[in-house]
Amino acid sequence: MPATLRRTALYDAHVAAGAKMVGFAGWEMPVQYEGVRAEHLAVREACGIFDVSHMGEIEVSGPQALELLQRLLSNDVAKIAVELDGGGAQYSVLCREDGGVLDDLFTYRLDADRYLTVTNAANHARDLQWFQAHAEDFPEARVMDRLDDYAMLAVQGPVARGIVQAISDVPLPARMTAARRRLAGADVLVCGTGYTGEDGVELLCAPEHAAALWEEIVRRGAVPAGLAARDTLRLEVCFHLYGNDLSIERGPIEAGLGWCCREETDFIGAPAVRRIRESGPREKLVAFAIDGPGIARQGNPVVGGGEVTSGTLSPSLGVGIGLAYVPAERAAIGSSLEIDVRGKMRPATVREKPLYRKGS
Amino acid sequence: MAEDSYPDDLLYHPEHDWARIEPADPAQATLGITWYAQDSLGEVVFFDLPSVGASVKKDASYAEVESVKAVSDVIAPLSGEIVAVNDALTDNPNLINEDPYGEGWLVKLRLVDPGERDSLLDAAAYRATLGG
Repeated sequence: MPATLRRTALYDAHVAAGAKMVGFAGWEMPVQYEGVRAEHLAVREACGIFDVSHMGEIEVSGPQALELLQRLLSNDVAKIAVELDGGGAQYSVLCREDGGVLDDLFTYRLDADRYLTVTNAANHARDLQWFQAHAEDFPEARVMDRLDDYAMLAVQGPVARGIVQAISDVPLPARMTAARRRLAGADVLVCGTGYTGEDGVELLCAPEHAAALWEEIVRRGAVPAGLAARDTLRLEVCFHLYGNDLSIERGPIEAGLGWCCREETDFIGAPAVRRIRESGPREKLVAFAIDGPGIARQGNPVVGGGEVTSGTLSPSLGVGIGLAYVPAERAAIGSSLEIDVRGKMRPATVREKPLYRKGS
Repeated sequence: MAEDSYPDDLLYHPEHDWARIEPADPAQATLGITWYAQDSLGEVVFFDLPSVGASVKKDASYAEVESVKAVSDVIAPLSGEIVAVNDALTDNPNLINEDPYGEGWLVKLRLVDPGERDSLLDAAAYRATLGG
């Protein structure tokens, strides 16, 4: 493993817990502890805790913060509410002029004129550069790299909120909102968001508080879960993974993310996005399940056009599932696909998103 | 199994495969993957059984074993014709993790050149390739 990999504040905790560490987007991260299946099911049935400190943070503040973010982000940033100790959360994509997706991001409103945007680790440096370059047109907006200032833990599962509530001074913020709380004595930004399809929270805190917070939440019953389980959990509920299902080669409409694009806000790329929305995309990202045995993987071609961008065996459903770009005329729910899995043709069916629902 | 183990009665291929030559019939061998291989893969969720009657060639891939995260080629330590496959793996591929040298065997071969075994490693030599 190259010596240049960065370590999060929780590295020692992962090693002590027996994690298998791997390189991911320049970070040395836990891919699994006891096993991906057990970790996956812990999140679906009770509570798991993930170290996602490799994700980056960019803070935008000042009188023109909203104007700058409205220009950069595809969603209507003005709709993010502000409250006394925090505010709303919103998902959006960051587009180039041609509509290609640079990243997908959650933005939290911290204050009337202060926002925190969470970036994908592999994209953080590029995002930051993009934010800074466009900030030149908005002199009253300040862009700050906050990557080194935050550790990030995701506590996810049906009992996640209860576990975190028990160490919080006051009630936790609702889903899709964020607020500052004292958790086990530490100052934490608690966000009612996640990447698993379960209820839960994401916690942003100073790196020096991360280990104690992690330990306390694990002591109360959260199961440490690695990147492998994070991937199977998100894929079952059809959340996009940048680098797989999203890239600069494709736009948000093709990816099924038109719902978070508000072209009327005139974000960078809006004209290109509007054009594709009006004409209809040539290809669409669909969810599929393999009809028989077999597991399709990223890069497997779809016979007749298209490709698998994410694929795995669903621990909850017990079948091969995935996301694939296919020609628009074959994207309808129920369409039959054939996927070339290393030379073996595997029949598959386009399914409704999400592939997994509670109780299914 | 949680602890690494490399039984002394097996022969090993450096690509993390083992062969057990049947003592009563030196032209028949059982094949599988090593403890190291299954541990690196993680939980095996799919083993696509090759067909009985297919030929396999030493050092070439004859099957694929898949964990949640990745797919990996299985390399043949010896050449021969497949005379049996472990059907139990269709429903319980995790037998490869639980018992890689027993219930998790993959195929049985009728060997075409029993002399090939001389190029395989014993347990100590294989263990040495893993860097201790």
